[in-house]
Amino acid sequence: MGEELRLPIAADVDVVEARQQGRALAAVAGFSSGEQTVIAAAISEIARNILMYAKRGEITLSLVQNGDRQGVSIIASDQGPGIPDIDRAMQYGYSTSHGVGAGLPGAKRLMDEFAVDSVVGRGTTITMKKWRRTI
Amino acid sequence: MDTKKSMSVSTRASEASALSESSAGLLRELVAHLRQNRTQLREEWARRITRAELLTAMTEEEIFAEATAVYDNYVEALETGTFEALQAYSRRLSERIIPRGVETDEVVGIVLLLRDVLARSLFTKYQDNVEKLNRILDSYEPAANRIANTVAVGFVEERERIIRQQQEAIRELSTPVLQVRERLLILPIIGVIDPQRARQLTEQLLRAIRANRAKVVVIDVTGVAAMDSGVANHLVQTVEASRLLGATVIVTGLSPEIAQTLVTIGVDLSEMATVGDLQGGIEEAERLLADRAALPGPQAGREPGTELNR
Amino acid sequence: MEVPILRQGQYLIASIQSALTDADLSHLREALIAQVGRSRCRGVIVDVTALDVMDSFAVRTLRDIAHMARLRGAETVIVGIQPDVAFAMVQLGLTLKGVATVLDLEEGLAFLNRRTEERFLETKPKRPSDRG
Repeated sequence: MGEELRLPIAADVDVVEARQQGRALAAVAGFSSGEQTVIAAAISEIARNILMYAKRGEITLSLVQNGDRQGVSIIASDQGPGIPDIDRAMQYGYSTSHGVGAGLPGAKRLMDEFAVDSVVGRGTTITMKKWRRTI
Repeated sequence: MDTKKSMSVSTRASEASALSESSAGLLRELVAHLRQNRTQLREEWARRITRAELLTAMTEEEIFAEATAVYDNYVEALETGTFEALQAYSRRLSERIIPRGVETDEVVGIVLLLRDVLARSLFTKYQDNVEKLNRILDSYEPAANRIANTVAVGFVEERERIIRQQQEAIRELSTPVLQVRERLLILPIIGVIDPQRARQLTEQLLRAIRANRAKVVVIDVTGVAAMDSGVANHLVQTVEASRLLGATVIVTGLSPEIAQTLVTIGVDLSEMATVGDLQGGIEEAERLLADRAALPGPQAGREPGTELNR
Repeated sequence: MEVPILRQGQYLIASIQSALTDADLSHLREALIAQVGRSRCRGVIVDVTALDVMDSFAVRTLRDIAHMARLRGAETVIVGIQPDVAFAMVQLGLTLKGVATVLDLEEGLAFLNRRTEERFLETKPKRPSDRG
């Protein structure tokens, strides 16, 4: 389970690349086509967030295992301005820039695990995971 | 017994370590004994299995073959004190014998029989030295019980995994979406809906809408006993997703309880087209299909709810 | 990636061929607005069959297109949302309320024809005998 894929996010096209890679990884993990789309959408939101608030950052994709459950892990990190009020940012509809996007709250709804670690002035790391039941 | 008690009361550190050393030594002696007498103990065990009428689904040759592997794994677990290998073996064994119709009580039964066969052989061997027998049993019993537990749990887990797998396969095969007539689909939902099944139903419905180019879908929830807010939310999502594919959804069979759940989670029932029963829903659907101008209404600003709710 | 925009009678049809970046979507929006403004366009069809993901930006862009087109007297209809995409959208909480969505191009044209006809009937002057 050590393999991970690190993708730079610095431009528009990187967002597309990140979600396509995410979809491919989800397929390897055995997620259904519908779930692959959900994962790709969550990645798209998070990647765009990086572009908009931090201008550049990185997304790390990897497969994870927990007992008999398999899943994907997505870590989005940047060294941007950070999120001053995480609770408020997580309220659906709130955003500080251009009023764009379901962003964080939207991605959280799609994933099983979602954690935001942010320090103002230092940057933000978002870790999210989706699990699939290995039957 | 008294000797043993007074021993444990007066034990000092050095004696304690001597005791544990000798208990390791006893374990080695025990394992050696089990290995030396492997053949006859294994046969004794197989005989007892047959006498107890266990594993009737298997032939004698099969029982003997599995018995050998179980015996060796058993002794190995005793020797190493670790149980991962045994658990893995138990699951593999279960995978083999469950399709043959072997039941949980049989598996537990044969492991307990082996435990007893081995215990009795210890009684026989150490019958002249009660103190030693007791010390050996002190080593043997906890380990033997742990082994029985490990094997049984492995079996049960494997069984559950197989059942889940079969259920999933059945769900994949079954097509709950019915095409009644051209461009009209019915999805009757029955029973208890867990989140996974709900997701599956929605995916199947959306695919059916596209494959059949359906314009109207009737989702009947008469058969759903109770709906928690999670599933209710899911129903709303299904209705919205269907609209994105250009299909109007009519929900039928909403009990007052379910309607209440929907209202509680914030669903505006005047936005959801509902009809009392399935028959009424189908009739309404056919009316909509006949009057093409009414479809697709919702997205362009015309809500069917006000026309259809009754 | 330029999205081809075809003209069919009084309708514009934008056929998305592959995954679009945010910039591509914005360009599409500008191109459609400009064309709707230039010609006497009654309807706009955006075909998203080729999109395997629609996130919040895509949805916002489509809503913008529909809104702008309506201001210029044209009706917009989105066609070809894939089942998986639709499901992901509603889970994300994205709706296209107020924007027409249908299954495919054929349905899209039928929809626009109906709407055009209705609007024509609505604006048709009444005969004197209809009054009173």
